[in-house]
Amino acid sequence: MTSARDEILRRVRSALDGVSPAVAVPPAPRAPDRGDLVALFVERVEDYRAEVTRCTPAELDGLVAEVLNGAQAVVPPGLGLDVAGSVVDHGLTSIELDGIDAVVTRAAVGIAETGTIVLDHQPDQGRRVISLVPDLHVCIVDSSQVVADVPDAIALLDPARPLTWISGPSATSDIELDRVEGVHGPRTLHVVVVA
Amino acid sequence: MSGTFVGMPAFPTAARAALGNTQLRRNLAHATHTIRDKRAQVVGEVEEWEALRLAGAGVKEAALRDLATHLETLEESLIRAGAVVHWARDAEEACEIVAQVAKSHQVDEVVKVKSMATLEIGLNDHLEREGIAAWETDLAELIVQLGDDLPSHILVPAIHRNRAEIREIFRTRMAASGRPAPDDLSDDPAALAGAAREHMREKFLRAKVAVSGANFAVADTGTLVVVESEGNGRMCLTLPEVLISVVGIEKVVATWSDLDPMLRLLPRSSTGERMNPYTSTWSGVHPGDGPQEVHVVLLDNGRTRALADDVGRQALRCIRCSACLNVCPVYERTGGHAYGSVYPGPIGAILNPLLKGVSDEQTASLPYASSLCGACFEVCPVRIDIPSVLVDQRAAVVDSHRDDRRPKAEAVAMKAAAWAFSDSRRLAWAERASGLAGRVMSRFSRTTLPGGRAAAGRLPGPAAGWTGARDLPAPPEESFRAWWDRTDGGQFGEGR
Ligand code: SF4
Repeated sequence: MTSARDEILRRVRSALDGVSPAVAVPPAPRAPDRGDLVALFVERVEDYRAEVTRCTPAELDGLVAEVLNGAQAVVPPGLGLDVAGSVVDHGLTSIELDGIDAVVTRAAVGIAETGTIVLDHQPDQGRRVISLVPDLHVCIVDSSQVVADVPDAIALLDPARPLTWISGPSATSDIELDRVEGVHGPRTLHVVVVA
Repeated sequence: MSGTFVGMPAFPTAARAALGNTQLRRNLAHATHTIRDKRAQVVGEVEEWEALRLAGAGVKEAALRDLATHLETLEESLIRAGAVVHWARDAEEACEIVAQVAKSHQVDEVVKVKSMATLEIGLNDHLEREGIAAWETDLAELIVQLGDDLPSHILVPAIHRNRAEIREIFRTRMAASGRPAPDDLSDDPAALAGAAREHMREKFLRAKVAVSGANFAVADTGTLVVVESEGNGRMCLTLPEVLISVVGIEKVVATWSDLDPMLRLLPRSSTGERMNPYTSTWSGVHPGDGPQEVHVVLLDNGRTRALADDVGRQALRCIRCSACLNVCPVYERTGGHAYGSVYPGPIGAILNPLLKGVSDEQTASLPYASSLCGACFEVCPVRIDIPSVLVDQRAAVVDSHRDDRRPKAEAVAMKAAAWAFSDSRRLAWAERASGLAGRVMSRFSRTTLPGGRAAAGRLPGPAAGWTGARDLPAPPEESFRAWWDRTDGGQFGEGR
């Protein structure tokens, strides 16, 4: 008996019998230079109804405390920032996380053209689950991490890591196409851009 | 979900029913126009959109033309990354694999993130028969599932339901499958979404096994990609211990950098956003983060059949953005249900016959569910020439009837047309007859087309099949040739 694998590969080969595999793939075009990338990034993140604040490194801990406004936050072990009253994630269960209001993480890349932050879940960002279950996500992006467009991000990111691309808060338009922020993911996304 | 598409009537019959539903038509028109406008805006923002389309089409076409190599590479990369790879020739085999994995973990439920492939193979029904409940977690799919209904649009499957209907479904059905909707639930979309959040959260937190599809599968890195909006995908891909992804073999792209044009094309074409809220990528098992047992089911189920079709092959480039649905004049009026398949609209009209063949009446009717206006090709981010494939599939349908004893009305009409057109005197006669019919119809018809032209509603006899779901414009009272003779090519004005 042939295995499903061999059978499918055989079908594929016979379907393509006589078809040349050579296809000229034109390179994807690049977006034109849009000037101040960080300003564009901020503008585009705001377009998704996410909140964005810019600050200096010295202002960062004060600002994060202000954004949290007393809400308890979970933080990844490598955040590199003191967040008052926070819980450091060393393998919290999902149920435990469900009882926590907020999460503070860093990011791997910011994409100006699309207003996207990408997390590659290094120790300063933590496991995927911590930035998912709490309702408020405070994400700190360094202005040096902002790139122009998707191809720049793809070139920087390592596919061997799990990646989460975030463009605004969780949203749905499933009910009469009315946009509603927040179904399953964090309902509030606050991006802090440090420069 | 107990509803399936099996046994659906052919398109014209189903379309007539859908056309009679004014609520559905209104919802659909609103939805398709809204998404269409949003898409046009964000696409207009990309100066080199056409070049991006060429790149996207190239990436997918190249992957398809060397599919066996890429599938082997994908398998290798996945195994190296700690995933278990399964192959499924057909729907039955794929369902069986998923059920076996779920059973090996002694679960009686799985959570699911919306996936066309799992819908295509009827996975939910199969699991139900095996005693495993499959919970859809996407808001729209939840509405469809709780309403014991069928999805009508790839992207917004509950587009045919309004907020009052959704509230009713939540209030009467949620309790039976978990956390009930609050007693004072209003029909405000935010409140409805809130009820869905609470209802689903409970399921996410307890689920051990999740089932997903994938938008892309990267051969050289073994990376799967899920593009979504609500975060239910992230929940399914992250919280459970076991993840099973059912991936059509046409989802493969060769390299990591091939994702670039695709991730730029898909959200703009699909929801009309620069980027969708969430995109997740994972490569096998990531120790300490997310599911520690990862299965990938590579699914054929007719794809190799489509691959062998030199004209139709390009349909496998489809990235399920649904842009072609939103611009389609036929889809806008009939909705997705009339197509009788999980793949509706222009892409469904070619993909279903390519995957399944045209031996059943329902599938054979689909290539005719189009006016060949070409709008679908224009918006398609991977440049699938849907009109050409439609015409080719019509030929396939006609070929499959070659041996029928009673010729189809269409064949008779075409023969008659050939006879009339081949001789100018016969043509003049036919035109006079047609002009007479036109004058009669203008007098008596009760239907008028936009622009005021009279039309026939349902005609009796062999033409009923055509006019049952279409208005046939009344023939003009004077033919072009008669007008030319009378006015000498318009030189003497209209004169009438
Ligand atoms: S055929 Fe093209 S436009 Fe239609 S859903 Fe597929 S990719 Fe989108």
